[in-house]
Amino acid sequence: MRRVVVTGLGLVTPLGADVETTWKNILASKSGAGPITKFDASDQKCQVACEVKPADHEYGFDANKRVDHKIQRQVDPFIVFGIDAAGQAIEDAGLEDMDEATKLRAGCSIGSGIGGLPGIESESLVLANRGPGRVSPHFVHGRLINLISGQVSIKYGLKGPNHAVVTACSTGAHSIGDAARMIRDDDADIMLAGGAESTICPIGIAGFAQARALNCSYNDRPEQASRPYDKDRDGFIMGEGAGVVVLEEYEHAKARGAKIYAEVVGYGLSGDAYHVTAPDPEMDGAFRSMSAALRKAGMTPADIDYINAHGTSTMADTLELGAVRRLFGEAMENVSMSSTKSAIGHLLGGAGAVEAIFCILALRDQIVPPTLNLDNPDEGCEGADLVPHTPRKREVRAVLNNSFGFGGTNASLIMRKAD
Amino acid sequence: MSDTADRVKKIVVEHLGVEADKVTEDASFIDDLGADSLDIVELVMAFEEEFGVEIPDDAAEKISTVSDAIKYIDENKG
Repeated sequence: MRRVVVTGLGLVTPLGADVETTWKNILASKSGAGPITKFDASDQKCQVACEVKPADHEYGFDANKRVDHKIQRQVDPFIVFGIDAAGQAIEDAGLEDMDEATKLRAGCSIGSGIGGLPGIESESLVLANRGPGRVSPHFVHGRLINLISGQVSIKYGLKGPNHAVVTACSTGAHSIGDAARMIRDDDADIMLAGGAESTICPIGIAGFAQARALNCSYNDRPEQASRPYDKDRDGFIMGEGAGVVVLEEYEHAKARGAKIYAEVVGYGLSGDAYHVTAPDPEMDGAFRSMSAALRKAGMTPADIDYINAHGTSTMADTLELGAVRRLFGEAMENVSMSSTKSAIGHLLGGAGAVEAIFCILALRDQIVPPTLNLDNPDEGCEGADLVPHTPRKREVRAVLNNSFGFGGTNASLIMRKAD
Repeated sequence: MSDTADRVKKIVVEHLGVEADKVTEDASFIDDLGADSLDIVELVMAFEEEFGVEIPDDAAEKISTVSDAIKYIDENKG
């Protein structure tokens, strides 16, 4: 069977505009949260978010590095983040100069949970206030979710599968899993895979706040607002950014002497069939998704050293932990599990991909990232190693990454060090 | 150089992200400045906004160079 490995990484996050800066800040237990600056949020219930920082910030994002001026003007920020992260991954993998035959076997699977919400919001106001003749001719293709894959394929000449997953907060994980299967099934040798999101705009914040999903009670303490597993958690904090990996068929990567970060060995998917936003109290969907990933990997829970939890800082955190406990049994004693959403917020459709990259870096550096703000673990957390406050050096042989989305959609990825 | 020409060139530079010295009066939006048909639609909207003129579709289709735009605007602005 064709094996799939990771040979390139790219990140744009609230803690950095590249992989190493973000990871350094994650391991320094920094928080990317702050008061919302992208618009006047003074009338919003939630006034806190994890924004990608502007170019003049210490670890800010400069769109001009990899995205043409004209494209920046035409598309929503989630596409700009996605193009940049994909470019980083291509450069990291040493694939800037692919020949035509390689390009024919290289594709994209970069999705988003919501897509171009800020642009939909602003152009709707143009339509309402000034009429249809003032709506931008770039409105549609500047907002569509599959336009990261579209733009990246055009920029780099990638002529293989062109795909984009839309499964809410599971998007990033499904994107990587689906792309790995495309390589395994011989549709491609190389896939750019991941997710991006940027919905920190008035209607995005208001919509999630009205759905009672955001923490609205920490407006005066932004850095403490995302607190997975803590007794005082009260909803997630919205993040933004992108994560993209280069997936590559193992022999293809070996043959060109590529640096191999990890092997994607397990991918599980399931549906809750329960409720559009609320998690199944038994978390059976999560249990089945994780079980399927383990089965595909030919592993048992004792093989997993680190779990990057979905852990959004809602009541569902402890339910997910319950499902992990049910699956892991005695292996709970060995495994570390943390939520990096405590540091960068919830990147929605980008989350699964960004967190998969954190898992890969945990494998590379043999260290597990922390859960910030876990001051008082809630009931149900007893005996679980949730890596509070600071990272921990430890053996990391294999990692499990969970992502769950509205609609009851679940994805679990397992990766390990490649031999 | 006329006031119209200056303002047209500024809009073209901003929208297409090209160097100002490339935006000569005989430059073609598509052949010389890298625009596609939708970029021209957007440019025409920006000219309408800037100069308070209406450029109907059949007139917009005939605008292919910078000087075409300047000429149309000068002849039709109020």
